[in-house]
Amino acid sequence: MTKHTIRVVMPYHLQTLAKIGSEISLDVDSPVTYESVIDAIEAAYPMLRGTIRDHVTKRRRPLLRYFVCSKDASHEPPDTPVPDAILSGAEPFIIWGAIAGG
Amino acid sequence: MSGVRVLVGTAKGAFILTSDGKREHWKVEGPLFAGWTIYHMKASPVDSNRIYASQCSDWFGQVIQRSNDGGKTWEQPGGEVRMDITGAPPAASNMFVYEGDAGTHMWYDGTPHPWEFKRIWHLEPSLTEVDVVYAGAEDAALFRSKDGAMTWQELPGLRAQRGSEWQPGAGGLGVHTILLDPSDPNRIFVAISAAGAFRTDDGGTTWKPINRGLRSKYIPDPDAEIGHCVHRLAMHPSRPDVLFMQLHWNVMRTDNAGELWTNISGNLPTDFGFPIDVHAHEPETIYVVPIKSDSEHYVHEGKLRVYRSRTGGMDWEPLTNGLPQENCFVNVLRDAMATDTLEECGIYFGTTGGQVYVSPDGGDHWKAIVHDLPRVLSVEVQTLP
Repeated sequence: MTKHTIRVVMPYHLQTLAKIGSEISLDVDSPVTYESVIDAIEAAYPMLRGTIRDHVTKRRRPLLRYFVCSKDASHEPPDTPVPDAILSGAEPFIIWGAIAGG
Repeated sequence: MSGVRVLVGTAKGAFILTSDGKREHWKVEGPLFAGWTIYHMKASPVDSNRIYASQCSDWFGQVIQRSNDGGKTWEQPGGEVRMDITGAPPAASNMFVYEGDAGTHMWYDGTPHPWEFKRIWHLEPSLTEVDVVYAGAEDAALFRSKDGAMTWQELPGLRAQRGSEWQPGAGGLGVHTILLDPSDPNRIFVAISAAGAFRTDDGGTTWKPINRGLRSKYIPDPDAEIGHCVHRLAMHPSRPDVLFMQLHWNVMRTDNAGELWTNISGNLPTDFGFPIDVHAHEPETIYVVPIKSDSEHYVHEGKLRVYRSRTGGMDWEPLTNGLPQENCFVNVLRDAMATDTLEECGIYFGTTGGQVYVSPDGGDHWKAIVHDLPRVLSVEVQTLP
C-alpha cells in the first residue's frame, strides 16, 4: 500500500492543544481521502479526537472548515480523494476555524 | 502555614489564585487554556494535586484536562501523542455519549428535540476515590469516570425521570449541581436547569425528582413534579439531609433530603439569583447574591451585595464592606461562589465583570483579588495544608 506524506495546517487552538506548530506532516495510506486525513490526525494526536469532528457521527464540527488548493472543501463527501497537489505535498490540507464569535 | 488555591474558570481561560492563610496577598497565574471557555475546575478532596477542568469551545467542542501537580501542568487523560499508531485505540477523555437511544427532550417551543451533547458544566470529584469523577452535561445528563477522566459512562437512570419532558432554560439544559453525600456513598443530588432537583439513593442507578414544595409561577403547573428552574443547591457536609436552593425565584431549604422544600427568602430585596453557599463551620449560615430579575441579570439597585443569613434563611443581612455600592451591574453565576475551610471561613465569588472577591472573615469585609479577568463562570477553593 502506498503511503503519502500529507502536510496539514492546523488552527491555533488545536496547535496549543496538541503542542504542535502550525503545520504537521502525516503518512497516510493510499487512497487518501478527506476522511483518511482526519483519521490519520486523530490516530497520531489522540488529544484532537472530537475536536475536528464528532466522535460518533464523524461529521465535521460546524465551525471548522477544510481548505484545499484555495477551495473550501468542507462540504465534499468524506470519501472524496484529495487533489494531487495535496498528495504530492505541494499544497497543505488546511483546517481552519470559521470567523465568528467574540 | 496553611493557604488557599482558588480555581477560576472564565469565558477566555482559567486562572489560579493562591495565598497564604491570611488571604491578603495573592499570586495570580493564568490564563491557562487561553482563549478557551473554562466552565469549571475542581480538585479532588482525596488528593489536592489532582484537579479536573472542563475546557470547551464552540469551534472545537469539549476537552477534559487533568492536572496531577496542583495545576502546574495539565494533560488530556489518554491523549498522548502516538507516532506508532498500532495497538489499542487511545482513550477519549472528551467523549461523552448518551446511553442507548438518546431520544428527545422538549425544545423551547414545546416540540421534541434530539438529545445532543454540548459541553460539561460541572465536574465533581469523588469524596473517596481520586480517579472517580462525575460530570454534569448539557444537554442534561450525568456522566461518571472511574479512570481519572480517561473514559466516561452515562448514568442513564437520571434521564429516565421523564427526560423527554425536560426543557432548557435560557442558558441551556444542563446538569449544573452535583452534591455527593459524605455520609452515604450511594446518595447523590443533582440539579438541572430547567428540570429541577433529583436524588439517587443507589449510587446513580435510579433517581427520583425532589421538587415538592417548589413553586414556579412561570410554568403551566406551578407545583409540577418536574420543570422547575433550579439554579443551585448547597449542602454542609455535617448535615447532608439539609439542602439550600437558589431557585429561579425564591430561596428554599429542605431538612429531609429534598422530600419537602420551604421558602426562606424572607427579607431579601429580591429572591432571584444564581449562587448559594454555606459557611464551612456554621451549617445555618448561608450566602446568596440577589439579582434584580430574570429579565435584568445584574445586581439590584446597582449595588453588589452578598446577603448572609445566620439562621438558615428568612433573616438576611446585606454584606457590603469593600463591595461597590453604586453603578455596579454585574451578575454572579451559579458556580461562581465558594468557601474555604480555614478557621476563619473565607467566602469567594466571581462576577461577569471579571472581578474575583474574597472575604477572609465570613463576609464582613471584602476585597477584590483581581479586577479585570474575562467573565467569571466558576470559582472553587482548595484549602491547602
